[in-house]
Amino acid sequence: MAKVKSLEDLKKLKTQLENNLNLREKSDNPDGYVQVKVAMATCGIAAGARDVMNRFIEKANEEKVDLIVTQTGCMGYCYAEPTAEVKLPGKDPIVFGYLNPQKVDEIIDKYIKNGELIEGIIPVNYQTIDKDNI
Amino acid sequence: MEKIKLTIDKRTVEVEKGTTVYQAAKQIGVNIPVLCYMNLGHLGIENRPGGCRVCVVEVEGRKNLAPSCSTLCTEGMVVKTNSPRVLNARKTVLELILSDHPKDCLVCAKSGNCELQELAIKLGIREIPGEKYSEMSTYRPDTSPSIIRDLDKCVMCRRCETMCNKVQTVGALNAINRGFMAVVAPAFERNLENSPCTFCGQCVAVCPTGALTEVNHTNQLIRALADPTKTVVVQTAPAVRAALGEEFGMEPGTLVTGKMAAALRTLGFDYVFDTDFAADLTIMEEGTELLNRIGKFLEGDKDVKLPILTSCCPAWVNFFECNYPDMLDVPSTARSPQQMFGSVAKAYLADKLGVKREDMVVVSIMPCLAKKYECQRDEFKIDGNPDVDFSISTRELAALIKGANISFTSLPDEDFDNPLGESTGAAVIFGATGGVIEAAVRTAYEVFTKKKLDRVDFTELRGLEGIRSASIDFNGTTINIGIAHGLGNARKLLDGIRAGMYNFHAIEIMACPGGCIGGGGQPYHHGNSEIIKARHQAIYREDAEKPIRKSHENPYIVKLYEEFLGSPMSEKAHHLLHTHYFDKSKQKQD
Amino acid sequence: MAQYKMHLLVCGGTGCRASESTKLVENLQTVLRTNGLDNEVQVVTTGCFGFCEKGPIVKVMPDNTFYVEVKPKDAEEIINEHAIKGRKVSRLLYVDPKKEEAVSDSKHMGFYQKQIRIALRNCGFINPENIDEYIARDGYAALGKALTEYSPEQTIDVIKKSGLRGRGGAGFPTGLKWEFASKYKDNEKYVVCNADEGDPGAFMDRSILEGDPHSILEAMIICGYCIGARNGLIYIRAEYPLAIQRLKIAINQAREYGLLGENILGSSLSFDIEIRYGAGAFVCGEETALIHSMEGERGEPTVKPPFPAEAGYLGKPTNVNNVETYASVPVIILKGADWFSSIGTEKSKGTKVFALAGKINNVGLIEVPMGTTLREVIFEIGGGIKNGKAFKAVQTGGPSGGCLTEKHLDIPIDFENLVASGSMMGSGGMIVMDEDDCMVSVAKFYLEFTVEESCGKCAPCRVGNKRMQEILDQLTKGNGTSEMIDQLYNLGSVIKDTALCGLGQTSPNPVLSTLQNFHNEYVAHVEGRCPAGQCRAFIQFLIIAKKCTGCTACTRVCPTGAITGERKQPHTIDQLACIKCGVCQRKCKFNAIEVM
Repeated sequence: MAKVKSLEDLKKLKTQLENNLNLREKSDNPDGYVQVKVAMATCGIAAGARDVMNRFIEKANEEKVDLIVTQTGCMGYCYAEPTAEVKLPGKDPIVFGYLNPQKVDEIIDKYIKNGELIEGIIPVNYQTIDKDNI
Repeated sequence: MEKIKLTIDKRTVEVEKGTTVYQAAKQIGVNIPVLCYMNLGHLGIENRPGGCRVCVVEVEGRKNLAPSCSTLCTEGMVVKTNSPRVLNARKTVLELILSDHPKDCLVCAKSGNCELQELAIKLGIREIPGEKYSEMSTYRPDTSPSIIRDLDKCVMCRRCETMCNKVQTVGALNAINRGFMAVVAPAFERNLENSPCTFCGQCVAVCPTGALTEVNHTNQLIRALADPTKTVVVQTAPAVRAALGEEFGMEPGTLVTGKMAAALRTLGFDYVFDTDFAADLTIMEEGTELLNRIGKFLEGDKDVKLPILTSCCPAWVNFFECNYPDMLDVPSTARSPQQMFGSVAKAYLADKLGVKREDMVVVSIMPCLAKKYECQRDEFKIDGNPDVDFSISTRELAALIKGANISFTSLPDEDFDNPLGESTGAAVIFGATGGVIEAAVRTAYEVFTKKKLDRVDFTELRGLEGIRSASIDFNGTTINIGIAHGLGNARKLLDGIRAGMYNFHAIEIMACPGGCIGGGGQPYHHGNSEIIKARHQAIYREDAEKPIRKSHENPYIVKLYEEFLGSPMSEKAHHLLHTHYFDKSKQKQD
Repeated sequence: MAQYKMHLLVCGGTGCRASESTKLVENLQTVLRTNGLDNEVQVVTTGCFGFCEKGPIVKVMPDNTFYVEVKPKDAEEIINEHAIKGRKVSRLLYVDPKKEEAVSDSKHMGFYQKQIRIALRNCGFINPENIDEYIARDGYAALGKALTEYSPEQTIDVIKKSGLRGRGGAGFPTGLKWEFASKYKDNEKYVVCNADEGDPGAFMDRSILEGDPHSILEAMIICGYCIGARNGLIYIRAEYPLAIQRLKIAINQAREYGLLGENILGSSLSFDIEIRYGAGAFVCGEETALIHSMEGERGEPTVKPPFPAEAGYLGKPTNVNNVETYASVPVIILKGADWFSSIGTEKSKGTKVFALAGKINNVGLIEVPMGTTLREVIFEIGGGIKNGKAFKAVQTGGPSGGCLTEKHLDIPIDFENLVASGSMMGSGGMIVMDEDDCMVSVAKFYLEFTVEESCGKCAPCRVGNKRMQEILDQLTKGNGTSEMIDQLYNLGSVIKDTALCGLGQTSPNPVLSTLQNFHNEYVAHVEGRCPAGQCRAFIQFLIIAKKCTGCTACTRVCPTGAITGERKQPHTIDQLACIKCGVCQRKCKFNAIEVM
C-alpha cells in the first residue's frame, strides 16, 4: 500500500476510489442523476439483458457519465427484449427496446448526453413503472 | 508573591495566590469544619481528596457548593461559609456519614480523640434520619500484631492511604470496592499481616476515627503487674518522654522524664529502666561494626558492604526485608535498643537479681507500633519466651496512668533504677531523625581517631528535611553520612544506592517522619506539625542537659562489657545483641 | 477489476451480529458465487443503520430497498429474486405500522424521514474496515484542509464558530475546550477520546466506532494539530470487542497510509493513537476518573480545577472529548462552521444522536437536529408507544437525567431546555415509559444503577444515594411515610449541591424529576396505593368466581400452594400465603385472575 504523502496524493486517491462508492452515493440521492432500469426478468436475460446492463455500466464509466443503473423485473414488452427505461432528471421516463451493447452506446452518446431522441422508443401507456414489482 | 483579595462571610481577606478558601478563612479566624482534610505541614503535603464534603462553602457564581479545602482563592471571589444552604448541606452530609458509622462511641478506642465525634458535637447532630431501615457497610475485622482495622468505622478520608502510599511508599493500603462498600484496605482484602505493611503505624497516627487503632496490650500489663510471682521490668524509649506530657494537657515539647519514671513506679513496676541505656549499647555495637567495615574498606577490601545502614527501627527493617531482599547484608546486624534491652535484662539482669527468665516480664513503652511486632519475632525468643514480652505505646501508657487515677502533672520527678537506667545524651537523641547517626559519630570519632572530641553537637546532622547528608572529618578521613526519615525518603535513598549514585559510608533511616518523636504510637498530632517540631527540640534539650553525652562513656555500659559481654562484637555480644534478616518479599505478596 | 452493479449493505453492528448477520453475509456471498454473480454484486458489511428494532438489516443499492429482520436462510431468496430477477422480496420489506403497508425505499420510512445524519453519516453506508471507502467519502480531506488552509488557531476558530458542544453530557463548547488545551505550553500533550459509554441503553458511541472508526481518528489528529499534541489515546470499555477490533484495523490502515505517524500529509504534524481499555465503570466516563484509570490508578474523579486542559494525563495538558463530538469535527471542517450552525437551536447547534428504548415501537439509534421536539422523536421517528398504550414519561440523559412528561413533549430538545425541565441531554439515552410504569419504581431503578456505579469517594454519593434508594425501597414496599418524601427532597438537593463529580451531582435527577412531575404517585405510595399497579406490596391477585372453571391449572403452578378449590368449582387465593408472583394469572386461560 502506498503512503499518502500529501494532500494531492489524498485527492488523487479519492478520485480513484470514489467510483466504487458512486453507486451508493448516487442512489442516496437518485433524483439528481440519470436513472437506467434494465428489465432483467427471464425473458430479458434470455435476450441478452445482462450484456446490455454491463455495457451501460462500462460505457458510463468510460465516458464519465453519472448513471444509476438498476435492474427491474419484466416490463411486459417481452417481444422487444432486452428493454430498459431511461429517466433523465426532471423528465418523463422513456423505454427503449431491442437493445444490444451498440445500441446502449448510442443511447448514452445521443439521448443521455445530448437529449437527442433515437430509434427504438417504445410508446408508454403508463406513468411510472415504479410500483409494479411490489 | 502575587496577592489576591476575596470576601469571606462579608469580610475582605488578602491572601497569597495558591491559598485555598479553607486556609484563607482560617486567617480571619473562621474555622471551617473538615473531616478528610489534613495538613501534614511537616511532610510538605496536604491530604485533600475532597471526599467528605463537610467543608463545603457557597461561592458566588458557582452552581454547586465548593469544597473549601481544595478550592483555590480567586480575585474578587465571594464566599459564604455559614449560609443556611451551606449549614443544611454540611449537616445533611455529616448525618449521612454518621448513618454509616457504628454508634459504639462509649467503648471505642478512639473515643475522646475522634474527629468524627468532635464534628458531630460541633454540628449538634441529635438524630439520624432513617436509621431504622438504613443498612451499614460492614467488613471483616483484621488484627495484626500491631494494628487493628475496624473498617466499619472507615469514613474514606484517605489519610491513611496518603500516608501509606505518598509518604511511606509502602503501598499496603488503598481504596478498594466501589460505591457504598468502598473502603481502604490491603489489595484483595488481605490481612495487613499478609500485605507489604511495615507496621510503622503512620496510618493509625492520622486516622480520624477508630477505624485504625493499635493492638492494646494494657490488660496483659495489668495482669503481669498483679502477679506476685513476676518481676516486671519496664524500659521507656527516648521519644516517649518528649510527648507523654501532651496527654495530660502539658505544652508540646515538655520533657516529663522524671514524672514518667515516678508514674511507672506508682503503677507497680518492680524496676523502672530506660531504653536509652540500650541505645548506648547499640552505639557500642553498631559503631564498632561501622568502624570495622570502614577499616576493611580503607584497607582495600572490595567485599565490604558500605554504606552501613542503621537497624534500630523495626518498621524500616520490615520495609527492607520486603522491598530490598537483595540488600539484606547491607544494614547493621545490631538489634534495636528495645531488643538489646530485652536480652540484656533477661540474661544479665535476671541472673544478677536471681530471677528465672520465665519469671521476668520485660515491658517496653514505645512511641511505635512496629515495636509490638518486633518483640514477637521468633528470633527474639528463647524457647518461646520473648526477650521483650510486650510493648505498649505512649498513648496506652497515658491511658493507664489516667485509669490509675495518678495526678501526672503534680508527680515529683524521680530517677530511673540502675544498672539499666543510666544513659547519655547520645542515647536520648535516638528519638529524633539524625540522632542515631550523631550518637554513632560521637563514639566512632573518638574510637577511630583515638582523640577526644571537642565538639559534641553535630548540628549538620540535625533537622527535619526528608533526606539530609553531611561529611564529617575523622581527622583526615572524610566520612560521608546520609539520613532519611519517612520510608518514601528511605526508598529514594536506597534506590540511589542500588543505582550506585551515592558515596555514603553510613546511613541512618527512620520509618516515621521526624523519627521516633513522630511515631505511630505517640499522642495524636491531628495534623499540627508544630507538635512534631516541639518534640524535636525537646529531645535535643535533654541531650544538652545530660552530663555525659557519649555512649562509650556511660559507666554502666563500661561495666556491662567488663562484667558480662567482654567487648563489642564479642561472641557473647554477637549472640545476644545482633540479629539477621529475612527475605519477606514473597511472603508479603502471595 | 470487478464492476459491481449492485451493493448489498449488511449491518455488521453488534446488535445485528447478535442476530446472525455475520452468517447472513457468508450465505449471501456463497449464493452469489454459486450463481457467478460475485463480480456483479458486492456484499458490504457496514456499521449500524440505527433501526435496531428490526435487525438484521440489508439495504440494497442502488434502489435503496430496505430489508428488515433478515435471517441467514433468506440469502438465497434475496439473490435469486432481487439480484437476478430484479423483484423485491416483499415479505422482508418494512411494514409501516400506521399505514399497514410495505415501504420499500428507506427514504420513505418514518424512522428516517426526520433524521439528519452528521455523526452517523457513514454508519450503514461504508465498510468500516476499509479505509478506501472512508477516503472515497471525503475521509481525511478535513485533515488535509486544516493542515493546508488553516493554522491551528484558525481551525479552533472554525470549531468555536460552529457552536459544537460536547456530546458526552455536559455540553461544554468544544472549540473553547481545545483553545484551553492549546494555551498550556508543554512538550507532551494528549488528545483523549472518551469511549467509555456507560449509560444503560445508550450505544451511539459504540455504533460510531463500529461503523465509522476513521472519522474519530481523523478528528483526533485534527485536535492534535490544534492543541499541539503528538499523542492520542482512545479509552474504550473492554465490553466493546467489535469496536476495539475495528479501531485497531482503522489505526493500522491509517498508519500504513501515513495518516498516522510522522509528518502527516507532508506537513510537520506527527501524531499517533493508542487504545486503552476500561473495565466498564460508569464513573470512568467522567474525564478526571477516566484519566486516573488510564494512568493505572483507581478510577475515581478528582476535584476540578485543575482541569485536564491544564493537568490531565500524567499531569500533562489533555483534551478529552467524547466519540460523538469527535465524529462531528471532520464534517464541520469540510462544510464550514456556518453550515453546521445553521442546523439546530440558538445555543445548541448541529444534531444529536439518541438511543431510543423502552416502550416504543422503533427501538434504535437516531440522529436529529437539535430543536426537534420530543413528540417528533417519540411519535414520528419512534413510531409511538408499543401496543397502543398511553405515553407516560420519557427518561432522557440516562441515570443522570430526569423523567419528562406529556407537558414537555413539545419542547425543542437542546441542552438548555432539557436542563430547565429538570433533566439533561446526557449522552442521549431516551427511555420511553407507558401507563403501566410506576414512577417510584423507575426512580428506584435508576438509583440502584448509581448506587452500584458510585466510586465511593465522596460521602454524599457513596452514602446519600444508598439512603435515597432505601427510602424508595420502603415506599415501594408499603412502608412509606410522608417524612420520607421530605427526606428525598432534602437528600436529593444536598447530593446535587455537594457531590464531587458529575455522576454524583446528577444522580438525584431521576428522583427529583419524578418527585416534581409525579408527586401524586409518591403520595399514593405513602397512602398505600401504586397507581400503575406495579408495586407488589399494594396489589392482590383475585380469582373472579364467575370466570373460573375450576380447571386447577393455577393450583398446579402456584409455588406456595396459596390457591385451593374443588375441581370444576371456582378456586380462591389465600392472600396471606400469596407471594404475588403472578404465575397463576399468566397460566389462566380464562382471564379469571385479576389484579386489584
